[in-house]
Amino acid sequence: MPEEFDPKIVAFACNWCSYAGADLAGVGRMQYPPSIRLIRLMCSGMLVPSYILRAFEKGADGVLVTG
Amino acid sequence: MSNKKIGAVVTVGGGIGGVQASLDLAESGFKVYLVDEKPCIGGVMAQLDKTFPTNDCSACIFSPKLQTLAQNPNIEIVAYSRIEAIEGAAGDFRVKVRRKARYVDPAKCTSCGACAQKCPTKVPNEYNFGHDVRKAIYKDYAQGIPSVYTIDTDHCRVFQGKKCGVCAKVCPAGAVDYEQKDVIEEFEVGAVIMAPGYELFDTSNVSEYGHGIAPNVVVNLEMERILSASGPFSGVVTRPSDGRHPKKIAWIQCVASRDRRKGMPHCSSVCCMASIKQAVIAKEHDATIEPTIFFMDIRAYGKDFDKYYEKAKTDGGVRFIRSMVSRVVDDPVSHDLDIVYLDSESKLKTETFDMVVLAVGIKPSDEAVETARLLNVDLDTERFCVTGSFEPVKTSSPGIFVAGAFQAPKDIPQTVMEASAAAGVAVRMLADQRNTLTSKKELPPEKDFSGQEPRIGVFVCRCGINIASTVDVPGVVDKIRELPGVVYAGENLFTCSQDTQAQIKNVIQEHNLNRMIVASCTPRTHLPLFQETAREAGLNKYLVEMANIREHCSWVHMSEKEKATDKAVDLIKMAVARTAKLEQVQDQQLPMVQSALVIGGGVAGMAAALNLADQGFPTHLLETTDKLGGNAWNLSHTLKGENIQPFLEGMIKKVQDEPKITVHFDSSIKDVHGFVGAFKTEITEAGGVSEVIDHGVAVVATGASEWKPDLYSYGQDPRIRTHFEMTKAMKDGDPQVWKADTTVFIQCVGSRCQERPWCSKVCCNHTVMDAIELKETNPAGKIFVLYRDIRTFGLNESYYEKARRLGVIFARYEPEAPPAVQVGSKLQVSLKDLVLGGTMTISADNLVLASAIIPNENNKELAKFFKISTNEDGYFLEAHMKLRPVDFATDGVFLAGLAHYPKPLDETIAQAEAAGSHAAQILARGYVEAPGMVSVIDPYFCRGCGRCVDTCPFHAPELKEVSPGVFKSEVNPALCKGCGACAVVCPTGAASIRHFKDDQIVQMIDVAVA
Repeated sequence: MPEEFDPKIVAFACNWCSYAGADLAGVGRMQYPPSIRLIRLMCSGMLVPSYILRAFEKGADGVLVTG
Repeated sequence: MSNKKIGAVVTVGGGIGGVQASLDLAESGFKVYLVDEKPCIGGVMAQLDKTFPTNDCSACIFSPKLQTLAQNPNIEIVAYSRIEAIEGAAGDFRVKVRRKARYVDPAKCTSCGACAQKCPTKVPNEYNFGHDVRKAIYKDYAQGIPSVYTIDTDHCRVFQGKKCGVCAKVCPAGAVDYEQKDVIEEFEVGAVIMAPGYELFDTSNVSEYGHGIAPNVVVNLEMERILSASGPFSGVVTRPSDGRHPKKIAWIQCVASRDRRKGMPHCSSVCCMASIKQAVIAKEHDATIEPTIFFMDIRAYGKDFDKYYEKAKTDGGVRFIRSMVSRVVDDPVSHDLDIVYLDSESKLKTETFDMVVLAVGIKPSDEAVETARLLNVDLDTERFCVTGSFEPVKTSSPGIFVAGAFQAPKDIPQTVMEASAAAGVAVRMLADQRNTLTSKKELPPEKDFSGQEPRIGVFVCRCGINIASTVDVPGVVDKIRELPGVVYAGENLFTCSQDTQAQIKNVIQEHNLNRMIVASCTPRTHLPLFQETAREAGLNKYLVEMANIREHCSWVHMSEKEKATDKAVDLIKMAVARTAKLEQVQDQQLPMVQSALVIGGGVAGMAAALNLADQGFPTHLLETTDKLGGNAWNLSHTLKGENIQPFLEGMIKKVQDEPKITVHFDSSIKDVHGFVGAFKTEITEAGGVSEVIDHGVAVVATGASEWKPDLYSYGQDPRIRTHFEMTKAMKDGDPQVWKADTTVFIQCVGSRCQERPWCSKVCCNHTVMDAIELKETNPAGKIFVLYRDIRTFGLNESYYEKARRLGVIFARYEPEAPPAVQVGSKLQVSLKDLVLGGTMTISADNLVLASAIIPNENNKELAKFFKISTNEDGYFLEAHMKLRPVDFATDGVFLAGLAHYPKPLDETIAQAEAAGSHAAQILARGYVEAPGMVSVIDPYFCRGCGRCVDTCPFHAPELKEVSPGVFKSEVNPALCKGCGACAVVCPTGAASIRHFKDDQIVQMIDVAVA
């Protein structure tokens, strides 16, 4: 029986907007799949492109950049 | 009278009002004694489940404030105490306070709870309205402050002459002392702020609704406890009679409100919104619930309230029935409840419900009234504190100020505004005593851990059931304990509670931690608290990290408990990996320009400017026209009858005579640079002259305006007027308005509609005021008010009552069928008669349109200049709708008056005093605390290419020639926002951001996908 695909997703979030948005999703009890791991940055402008490559290199199925 | 002044203040009441006033006073450099009757402070707000209109968890937003208060060395919490006497005069009082014996020594009690666990006596828990039990030695709620237990002598066996003494035996700290006595203390203070809050009307007298007899009839505050996760049913909506989940729940509004027979003629202001919120939240807890609200008028008069109400109707599944409820009948067997009511068409109906919530009216408590009498403060016939509209926080007794629901029923943000205003007015009075009685918090020196191996402590929070009901917290702790670098891992019920802070400090010492992680909620609200705790234990605050296992885990994966637990472990592992790489960082102190810019020369702007100037700070007041006063010129008097024009002229004179205030007329802002402490604002003055103003803080008080309607034939006939135009006609003595046979007022003209979905708040009250005056002068004249809901909130209700008594006719219309106006020799106003059916036509001599208040069009431009925001309606958006109503999210910028939302004059003045006082707090500090999380450039690697200079949006890096032809970039930390854009573009890796260095992030990535 094929196993259900359970992706590993790394997300980068800006402290001021999308991280706050993820907080709001929590306060609003909006349910979503638990396959995402969020990394807080102080600004999405802080995201060095190599972070994305690093995530894929280590086996991430997807990278979400928000900000 | 002596001129002695004392730099200390007593605040009475430990609810949100007293807490906010105390924090503001301490922040302004005054010693504070917070006196509360209850064993723990927190007041009603601590008992609430959620708050409207944002559905914020009340405890979650209030707890950090309580923590900050408890940690402030200049605030002494004098709980379980009351004022017995006062002597002296304003500026120099001696206040005698009785500290009641708790029979537990607060200095020894660690709040471990062993006493309560072993105490054999169970008592119905009044904090939860008797739906669960507590012990005879108890604490009202887990996070209660001060964190100390209290013996209830009415139930304790020892005090009932029986054999016991168990608590004293089991207390590991030896804190129980049955011989303890009351203590009388005397405090020398310059002022007293009364914020004792309110209590509910005693519903045992309201037999028609069956509370106290019918088990499934509960009151509003009781419902908050039932809905609360920390309440008697852990947040599961439960019917008290049989523990079943109720399906049909009814809320009945105005129980002992707007009811003169019960001695409660006022509107309690908060119940409509609170009931709508409870209905929405109950349905959120259990989607099968069918909520119904029985009401007379829905009073959703505050910011974003009407949107909340509309949403509850459409998306929230809440049914609203306009009605008068005559009685609630309890079925003696099933305990279901029959509600008998008269509907809006005057038909008598009956409907059965599983549970009924009474929105019971609020009033000052006997204790508060007694204290007020001791303080010689005048109260009105309903025992609320008397104040004037122009000095909304001053009582009749000099040096005694008031805030919150003791003055009139009101919601949290209004209470917070008044608390800050009262603190501000007290500070103005005592300004020269600033910092005379306060002490700086003694912090231990920071330990230097550089070069040491990481010793990480992890504190995993259960957050009551918020985390623990989804995530297997003990399982998480077991896994985390095994991680490299982790030397301690443990769980807490509420990691943010005061007793846990003490525990955390102990753990840091015992395990010699050099880094710590709290796995709980969002760092956006709670990181500062844990940083402070760590700092008190000698740990640099940048060695503290959080893992958000609530908002980002337990709350969003409620049905996948196992995976949520795995995710929580991963999130903490990521935090551990990052934390191991963290370094100590120092915050910086930046210089402060100690002057202010107030934008807008109306009453709000002038009040804020006078507050700032009184505290000694030079203030620039910017006005776009050639005249101070703003909208107030269009008003005649307040609802209470106070004459506005002499007040306004007096205020303008004060501003013009004040040497510290510079007024700039005909001025507008061209550009704004800088940040808190160092703003540079370029303005254009009369004649096109440009000037640059340096200022440390700014207050936005730009006002709003009356909408010019395009409805009801406005503009086609001089007999059709807006409120402002009507006031002018009345002021001018126009016989056409004073001698009219028939005058019609239409409410909600341009308000509460699709284009302007807000209630303009002031119009119902304004109409009632005009109607009374017209009717009293010309009793033969007929007056009709066509309305949707009459919103004479709070103590204004008595004027609505008076208008009806005088014979003013109030007729309701539905928004789908608004009145129609035909202009002829008379104005023909027709509307659908909702009671009798058919159409009613009124031949009127005058028509007054209660037109909407609209935000200024250039708010958006100003918002861009100061990096602040507006809401979707165009009003400025404060930092937090409940707890920070005068602050912006941008540091150093504050908000007051109509620019925030439509409001009456007294509220405008209170908000302006609050904004001025918050602005002055920052200026008084004399420097700006800036985070150390800024860019740093390693000159060894920098090759002076200048890419960072081109990239930085804040102009922080600059190329400097260090030797001939050799350039290196240098960052000005005052301008750096720590965004990290420079580090991304830097080709050599010379630029990096402190606390967000590459290896501190890469470690997290590796663990996240491992």
